[in-house]
Amino acid sequence: MAALTREETAALIQEVLEVYPEKAKKDRAKHLMINDKELESSKKCITSNRKSLPGVMTMRGCAYAGSKGVVWGPIKDIISISHGPIGCGQYARAGRRNYYVGTTGVDAFCEMNFTSDFQEKDIVFGGDKKLAKLIDEIEMLFPLNKGISVQSECPIGLIGDDIEAVSKKAAAQINKPVVPVRCEGFRGVSQSLGHHIANDSVRDWIISNRDGQAFESTPYDVAILGDYNIGGDAWASRILLEEMGLRVVAQWSGDGTLAEMENTPKVKLNLLHCYRSMNYISRHMEEKYGIPWLEYNFFGPTKIKESLRKIASFFDDSIKEGAERVIEKYTPMMDAVIAKYRPRLEGKKVMLYVGGLRPRHVVGAYEDLGMEVVGTGYEFAHNDDYDRTIKEMGDATLIYDDVTGYEFEEFVKACKPDLIGSGIKEKYVFHKMGIPFRQLHSWDYSGPYHGCDGFAIFAKDMDLTLNNPCWNLMKAPWQKAASEAEKKAA
Amino acid sequence: MANIMIRQNAAGGLVFYLPKRDLEAAINSIEFDTPEKWGGELKLENGGSYYVDPIAKPPRLPISVRAKRLGAAED
Repeated sequence: MAALTREETAALIQEVLEVYPEKAKKDRAKHLMINDKELESSKKCITSNRKSLPGVMTMRGCAYAGSKGVVWGPIKDIISISHGPIGCGQYARAGRRNYYVGTTGVDAFCEMNFTSDFQEKDIVFGGDKKLAKLIDEIEMLFPLNKGISVQSECPIGLIGDDIEAVSKKAAAQINKPVVPVRCEGFRGVSQSLGHHIANDSVRDWIISNRDGQAFESTPYDVAILGDYNIGGDAWASRILLEEMGLRVVAQWSGDGTLAEMENTPKVKLNLLHCYRSMNYISRHMEEKYGIPWLEYNFFGPTKIKESLRKIASFFDDSIKEGAERVIEKYTPMMDAVIAKYRPRLEGKKVMLYVGGLRPRHVVGAYEDLGMEVVGTGYEFAHNDDYDRTIKEMGDATLIYDDVTGYEFEEFVKACKPDLIGSGIKEKYVFHKMGIPFRQLHSWDYSGPYHGCDGFAIFAKDMDLTLNNPCWNLMKAPWQKAASEAEKKAA
Repeated sequence: MANIMIRQNAAGGLVFYLPKRDLEAAINSIEFDTPEKWGGELKLENGGSYYVDPIAKPPRLPISVRAKRLGAAED
């Protein structure tokens, strides 16, 4: 079945909006659009990065989630303290599967939860003393940490604790960076502001730490920014870059270390995978250190080839040859993957709703497998993300910003996709509707999906999900028997 | 007044970036563009316009400068 036409999509949006009260309808209408590839700017068609409406079910997170969960959390040798009540840290602990090499609790700390466990008395009398004590304890129990970050939860901003003063004092005492991060959850409209705040704190407290120090550089130094090593993604990207002759100095921030981050200003090119969460620091390094940055996409062979060539164009001929060599080496492998899975996936329709990058980045990978993305949307993207999305998506496809639970279900009922890619909050709703579903935040506990090795896993996972025999068992046997008997009778 | 960053995109055009609001837009025209005097009124592709005090042309972009918004706030 073909995708919806432009008129049908417009009618669908109107129909879905019908249930809202007048004011909510007007607001939500601005967040839904029908793609038009001719457009240069998304501004006139879609509004993004606005406060979610009270009363609708949004899938967004908070600034703390963006800072502690996404940017700071995966740095393995920095201890990130969840400063405030215990729940924020505990329920988000190790949820993003940022893989790392190291011994947890000795020299790596990503999977652990450090919190100041605020009680009533801390709210009344302030938690600064508790924080100072906590930092002392950390230093005593985990001496191999390379630094500490203080991630504020909501109450810290509400009661006005001076975490900067505590951090400065503690940093002087333990002689390591102690970074106060003002990422209280109530700031901003989504986790997006948390990324920004985290980037700004890295800029202010980390990035210039080794300015002027000697560094043995090569002309081929690069840094991977915005790859959080979910299921080993950054490793699958890194080997491609290293094979083409580049030296990866730093990984931000999946499997990254403080030293790597401090050395990043010495690289020749910043490679930016997740634009939404790390463009801020890339812009800063471009201005202060003159390091150009480049967005790349390592999902699916078409985009990998394109990206490798784009990256190589910044370097001399040896790297350009390296890129061609890498492409040549992996093409047979990826062709084999496509030959195996494309016949099983050809023509299937996909709907996506992910965070700030994957709704456009994985489109190429699906297309390589012969699948069609009929709808996509972001939780917390800004308009520059939508500008980039328009070009990736087909004409007359549906694009939704900060989609509500109700809208998403209705869109799915109307578009009838064969596969949905979204997060854990949406997963079971669609499972119960009998639609194959993959989590595209955590790769459904699989991965990596980046790079050439990742593509093989991606294709296999999509096949396992879509062609799983369980989807034929959605109807109870007695209901099936009845409908078959009717068919026979007819 | 707001801090803004002006950078050059791959095609060579100027891009306006307002970190506070995460607003990125191409610059359609810049009032003064000579080596001695650079800046003035910036007209953006999204319809907004900003004023930057003219300075000597910076040797390297991107550059962060203070800018004043002219007219109403754009989305």
